[in-house]
Amino acid sequence: MKRFMTFSLMFFLALLLAVPAIAGYPEKPITYQIPFGPGGQSDLEARRQQPLLEATLGVKVLVQYKPGGGGSIGWATLIKQKPNGYFISGINIPHIVLQPLARGNAGYTTEQLKPIALFQATPIGLAVLKDSPFQTINDLIEYAKKNPDAVVCGGSGTWSGHHIAHLQFSKMAGIKMTYIPSKGAAKSVAAFLGGHVKALWANSNDLVLHADKIRVLGFGTKEPFPNMPDVPTFKSLGFELYASIDRGAGAPPETPDEVIQVLEKAFLDIANNPDVKAQMKKDGFVPIALGAAESKAYIAEKVTEWAPVVKEFKK
Amino acid sequence: MFDFALTGLFQVLMPNHFLVLFIGVFMGIVFGALPGLTATMGLALLVPFTFTMSPTAGLIMLAGIYVGAMYGDAIPAILINTPGTPAAIATTFDGFPLAQKGMAQHGLVAAAVASSFGSLVANIVLAAAAPPLAEISLKFGPPEYFWLGIFGLTIISTLSSGSPIKGFLAGSIGMILSAVGMAELGGDIRLTFGFPELQGGIELIVALIGFFCLPEILSSVIGQRRTAYAEKIVKPSLGVLREVITSLFKRPVLMLRSAAIGTVVGFAPGAGGNIASMVSYNEACRWDKHPEEFGKGTIKGVAASEAANSAMAPGSLIPLLTLGIPGSPPAAVILGALMLHGMRPGAELFTDYADITYSFIMALLVAAFLVTIIGSFGSFVFSRIINIPSRYLAPAIVFMTVLGSYAIRNNMLDVWIMFIFGIIGYVSNKLKFHPAPIVLGLILGPFVEEGLVQSMLAGKAAGGTFTYMVYRPISGVLILLCLMSLLWPIFAALRAKPKKAGVVNKSASEGKEGRDESR
Repeated sequence: MKRFMTFSLMFFLALLLAVPAIAGYPEKPITYQIPFGPGGQSDLEARRQQPLLEATLGVKVLVQYKPGGGGSIGWATLIKQKPNGYFISGINIPHIVLQPLARGNAGYTTEQLKPIALFQATPIGLAVLKDSPFQTINDLIEYAKKNPDAVVCGGSGTWSGHHIAHLQFSKMAGIKMTYIPSKGAAKSVAAFLGGHVKALWANSNDLVLHADKIRVLGFGTKEPFPNMPDVPTFKSLGFELYASIDRGAGAPPETPDEVIQVLEKAFLDIANNPDVKAQMKKDGFVPIALGAAESKAYIAEKVTEWAPVVKEFKK
Repeated sequence: MFDFALTGLFQVLMPNHFLVLFIGVFMGIVFGALPGLTATMGLALLVPFTFTMSPTAGLIMLAGIYVGAMYGDAIPAILINTPGTPAAIATTFDGFPLAQKGMAQHGLVAAAVASSFGSLVANIVLAAAAPPLAEISLKFGPPEYFWLGIFGLTIISTLSSGSPIKGFLAGSIGMILSAVGMAELGGDIRLTFGFPELQGGIELIVALIGFFCLPEILSSVIGQRRTAYAEKIVKPSLGVLREVITSLFKRPVLMLRSAAIGTVVGFAPGAGGNIASMVSYNEACRWDKHPEEFGKGTIKGVAASEAANSAMAPGSLIPLLTLGIPGSPPAAVILGALMLHGMRPGAELFTDYADITYSFIMALLVAAFLVTIIGSFGSFVFSRIINIPSRYLAPAIVFMTVLGSYAIRNNMLDVWIMFIFGIIGYVSNKLKFHPAPIVLGLILGPFVEEGLVQSMLAGKAAGGTFTYMVYRPISGVLILLCLMSLLWPIFAALRAKPKKAGVVNKSASEGKEGRDESR
């Protein structure tokens, strides 16, 4: 009987302690960190979500920028925060997978970031200018076979989504091309439109924005990209290349699953909001709505896909 | 086009839009004036608010913020030697010495008037010739950026008149500092000594606050026990207003040249105002009849820098509005705002959405006038700030520097870096090293590196790096400019010789001839 009393008392105490921590969540403002500067796509998405999140969660959501190192400074900060759900951060794939793979010590590991949801994808495509002699991807491959390294492709960053797609595609097609990294998508698009590179790896929203001046040769999607249904996917051309920048939100390691669930639902509600979806589609984004478990599985899949590529090309 | 411009102007002058614009300009000045808060941040914070407004009102407000911030950064540059944004570095060169002479109001008014003038010129260019200029801007490839960066570095020889060796040494230190962190191009990690926190590199604003602001505070309190921050008390008056404005209008060449430099550097995507104001200051100093006045406090120096960095703002909107390529970080935020309001940059902005687009351009124009008015009358208030006794002002400034260094990236490490640079800056000032070349190296290092790495990769693919980098029309012009700039000190020395002999009039006329020859 005494043992029963002790147990029930302990159980009761545990409940008392646990209930306010979880059932009450959230009860104070949540910091939503963007690991990039203001004005980028991650920022715009967070700004779109901010009022909707506040409405669902009933607390203030504060957007805070922590740029640097291509996002790594922000993610290194995230993993050091208290895992109580009051500090979350935007997460970007492939960044969170490729940085730890390519840098050795990026200040965090991919597994330490606990995904909440993924809500937006920007498929990566390979484009040429309208007046380019390359009508199809095969024209480009043939030319590259005859002239190794002469096809100059632009893209944003090294060990980035564009770079890894370039490496994967070159390997699959058995060709050699030159990759010229730029600091950010805007600069690579400018270099491309000015004719300083022959082809460009770019995100779907940039390709949609400049659609009237360019020809997209292929998209790294499983299904045809809705805004440009006539453009073939790399898969339909015989290349198993799936390339995309995916945006989502993540929490520090050890964040309780109950807290994650609350946030997951809030983010997925917005991701499934028809108005938000329509606006994303119009601007050239692909709305997605992957929950915490699906996001985790997707990230793990990407780690196994890219680890050998980075290992092979990083000398 | 003209009727669109006129309807745009009417739109802006409607009471509700005008109020929104006024608020925007005012907030922009505040964001520009506080080091660590940037125009980009101000714009990004306000984008959500513009959702609730009509696209026209929203864009008018953003225009106000952008223009306001381009002037606001001059206020701390003049008063406490701290550029509010990197674009105002060159404003400190003469602005702060002016304030030290008790002429803070002269500097503030010159900055406001020059800012407005720069905006005005660049806006007219934007409204009249955006599409063809955007095409030219695309001709800037990696080699052009490389040579533009090198041209920027040749300014060091002007900045460090007296000891070019010290100047170039400091410039190299700046370039090494710029390499700290993740190389954005190659993805390698450099000079972090194993600390992942340093992967973000050294933030320019943090370095600016450290090198420019802290040393001045330290020297005002260490040993001297000065009661006031400036050596002389400022007495603002309406006479100053008239004096500065008339003296600036007597120098149309200086003003036009500065505005033109700002516009051109602005529309080349990615170059930004930091370089524009430096180049403009350098040219002002080079062509002036009394170059020795520069750096010791002349409104000409303040005007050259501010006209250029304000002209840069509309300039950077040229590739944005016509091509959808943002020429500066604030322009990137404006691109986001346009997209969220359902407008896509490109030809349709000037056709389908012409009414909104021209309202935006006109808002930039009207904002420029508001800056003159707010700046001129504000100068009575702002200039008195440095009359506050040092024992109150110095701690307040130190507090602001800490806040500003932290706010820029929400990173405590930046505050420590700022303090370390502050101490280095104090010591190097004592050794007669000017911090400007260090900061110039820090700004231009990544710029030159980017151009060089990309040129080498592209040149290899094209069959010859040297031919790829040199045999291009714009490259050729830039290389010539670099050579002229490097050889200038020799030419100037030759020009100065007769002056020493006492033939003042003759040397002035020779100077004029020399100028015509180089044209």
